[in-house]
Amino acid sequence: MISPSNTLIALVLLTALAHYLGLRRAVAAAGGHAHVQKLHSRPVYYGMLTAMWCALPALLIYAGWQAFESYIITQLVVADLPVTMRDLSAAQLSLVVNDIKNMAGGTIVSGDVGPELKAAVAHYLQLRGIGNAALAAVVMGVAVIGLVGARARISTRMRARNKMERLILWLLAACSTIAVFTTVGIVLSVLYEAIRFFQAVSVTEFLFGLKWSPQMAIRADQVGSSGAFGAVPVVLGTLLIAGIAMAVAVPIGLMAAIYMSEYAGSRFRAVAKPLMEILAGVPTVVYGFFAALVVAPFIRAAGQAIGLDVASESALAAGLVMGIMIIPFVSSLSDDMITAVPQSLRDGAYGLGATPSETIRQVVLPAALPGIVGGILLAVSRAIGETMIVVMAAGLTANLTANPFKAVTTVTVQIVTLLVGDQEFDSPKTLAAFALGLLLFVITLGLNIIALQVVRRYREQYE
Amino acid sequence: MSSMPDHPIKSIDIVNKGLNRRYRAEKRFRRIGLGAVVISITFLSLLFISIIGRGHGAVFQTHMLLEIHFDPEIFIGVEAGAADYARLVKQALHAQFPDAATRGEKRALYGIVSSGAAFQLRHMVMEDPGLIGKRQSIWVSADDDVDMLIKGNLSAESGRLSENQLAWIERLQAQARLKKKFNTAFFTAGDSREPEQAGILGAASGSFFTLLITLMLSFPIGVATAIYLEEFAPKNRWTDLIEVNINNLAAVPSIVFGLLGLAVFLNAFGLPRSAPLVGGLVLTLMTLPTIIIASRASLQSVPPSIRDAALGIGASKMQMILHHVLPLAMPGMLTGTIIGMARALGETAPLLMIGMVAFIVDIPGGFTDPASALPVQIYLWADSPERAFEERTAAATMTLLLFLIVMNGFAVVLRKRLERRW
Repeated sequence: MISPSNTLIALVLLTALAHYLGLRRAVAAAGGHAHVQKLHSRPVYYGMLTAMWCALPALLIYAGWQAFESYIITQLVVADLPVTMRDLSAAQLSLVVNDIKNMAGGTIVSGDVGPELKAAVAHYLQLRGIGNAALAAVVMGVAVIGLVGARARISTRMRARNKMERLILWLLAACSTIAVFTTVGIVLSVLYEAIRFFQAVSVTEFLFGLKWSPQMAIRADQVGSSGAFGAVPVVLGTLLIAGIAMAVAVPIGLMAAIYMSEYAGSRFRAVAKPLMEILAGVPTVVYGFFAALVVAPFIRAAGQAIGLDVASESALAAGLVMGIMIIPFVSSLSDDMITAVPQSLRDGAYGLGATPSETIRQVVLPAALPGIVGGILLAVSRAIGETMIVVMAAGLTANLTANPFKAVTTVTVQIVTLLVGDQEFDSPKTLAAFALGLLLFVITLGLNIIALQVVRRYREQYE
Repeated sequence: MSSMPDHPIKSIDIVNKGLNRRYRAEKRFRRIGLGAVVISITFLSLLFISIIGRGHGAVFQTHMLLEIHFDPEIFIGVEAGAADYARLVKQALHAQFPDAATRGEKRALYGIVSSGAAFQLRHMVMEDPGLIGKRQSIWVSADDDVDMLIKGNLSAESGRLSENQLAWIERLQAQARLKKKFNTAFFTAGDSREPEQAGILGAASGSFFTLLITLMLSFPIGVATAIYLEEFAPKNRWTDLIEVNINNLAAVPSIVFGLLGLAVFLNAFGLPRSAPLVGGLVLTLMTLPTIIIASRASLQSVPPSIRDAALGIGASKMQMILHHVLPLAMPGMLTGTIIGMARALGETAPLLMIGMVAFIVDIPGGFTDPASALPVQIYLWADSPERAFEERTAAATMTLLLFLIVMNGFAVVLRKRLERRW
């Protein structure tokens, strides 16, 4: 059976063969194993070079084919559908195409299957068969040509090692560009969908609107048919929870860092530091579970005991647990910054008769302040982007309130609720998630760039 | 010299006057610092205690002993696999409690046994067809409400169990026909709507396939990037851009990577939804910065003398790096990779975006099968209203934490064993 994965396996085998053949040819060119020193490079480099010539071009073709195969075949099948089906709206057509693919994959489709559809499925399967066979032929052909060509060029004077090293360097450089492509991918994909959203909802309404209720009418005459897409309550809810988190994390994290770096003995540090690191390594979904099942009911009960009306999904519970999550982050960054302050500053203060706490408060902290502020900014950006705690413990409806006992919603909660489940990519409801994603990306990116600049400038000050 | 006052004020007096206050302030400050550390560690223990306290019960599951008669009648005219095994369970219950007469009472009676009992019997018959016609005492799983009652998580007055059911349970207990046995289903089954049949194996295999993809892609790419940036890259705008990018990607919220996966891998490339393949790709992009940063630090720590020695005996730059520097930097790189993998294992938000959040009963067998992941399973179960799912959520959390502790512990050991101090 000619399937793409079998083609890939065959290619791997051929590459191994190419390595062997190249190596043999090099040894033969030198005149036997006894004379390999006549070769410019060690024989293994000739083998590797032949293998690369065999595998790399074929792999590129394979990857390109995989990327476009589905699209091309779908277009061909659609073009062959009867006119009545081709004239369907884009959404309905995509449903039909989905049905065809599912049936081709062997899944049973609900509803009755017309003869046109059956023909289309057969057509689809036939095209895919042809495609797979053609792919196998092309890939193996290119691989064999590469193998034969590279093998023919092997001679004792060929600089195989230098060529191989240049090739490796190119591969390394190519890998390093993936980070850039990721960023470009994030920006383009989120921006593209966000622009589609802003064609339906104006930017000013999104940024300054005070009401967020992202539902779209199924029928045009439905009551309350127009959704409201004002992001202000969502953003303010995010800031409220992040603010509570920072109110917990900054004092505790900072004081813990001061104690660990300035007071604690090495025995205490050896125990306490790993424990703090465990706090940092706990997955956020576990914190979310903790917030929803332990902290939120506790706060609700405590509030009722003193006569306060606390929502079961209060901002306080989510913020508190998020604060716990961020403590180790703040403390390890502050620790770095405090240890970076030169000892000479402390010695100077001690020499003037200051107590350790006076030294810390009046000398070390002011000196480390820019770095600590940078670290706190990074922590804020993390709090804003945190998802699971708020998805599990914060509310779903957007309330414009600053009361920590009420339920508020956040940007990340809205993204998750809008995108989990069935989506249609032509409704503003789904696209709104990408607009929120863009907002989130811009805010956190801005905070990170500022924070990294601040931290870097601070570090340079003492280096 | 002018006249001096009788008691000249010396600066030491001023210092001494304030000294007690300053020492008190010193002590207070120190205590606040210690308090902050203690508070953080208290939070940590609270987290662990509350989870273990809720989850430890799920290791055992209440089973009840039923006298099953593999009635040959139900096998007449049907294949052994299609027979009505639920009827066998019902008959056994009936034989035990003949007092359930009305339809409502009968339904209540059938409700105390898990619907998984029928599957258990089917499995037994498929293994050994000779059972047909025989009688056998078999431990079958009890319903989750019964389980919760026995474990004391559900009070008899809660109304989840009727008075009849409570009486039957009491009789079963008196006859020693109720027992807590090791909860195999939890470790060998996929997800289920019934808590007593729900297990984590499906989610764990989903996580395994996802992490395998992540590891296979992010380790080589991350190490290659680190080598290029650290050893070869010329200092210019382009490499600056790459470095800024890597630092920023490390701080991009994980959910944004999920949006990227949804828009690019699912919508543009047409890869299947809910597949570990896509999850692995998204987590690769997310873990790459961690691995790159750790690998670069590791390369930097290899002393120049090694490089000089290699170059001195005629190695090319590439040979020096691949044959000498890289092996010495490898422990650090592996440690960074394991830590990155541990983080990827706990990551949930991007997987929600690419549809790995569906209710999936089957245990995935490959990279393109629909799958969920361990943290996503926790999220799904945490949302379920049944009390028994809370126990299972906590138990799944314990499993996840156990995996993480093992991975991180392994990283620490690796660092200790292989790291060389120069």
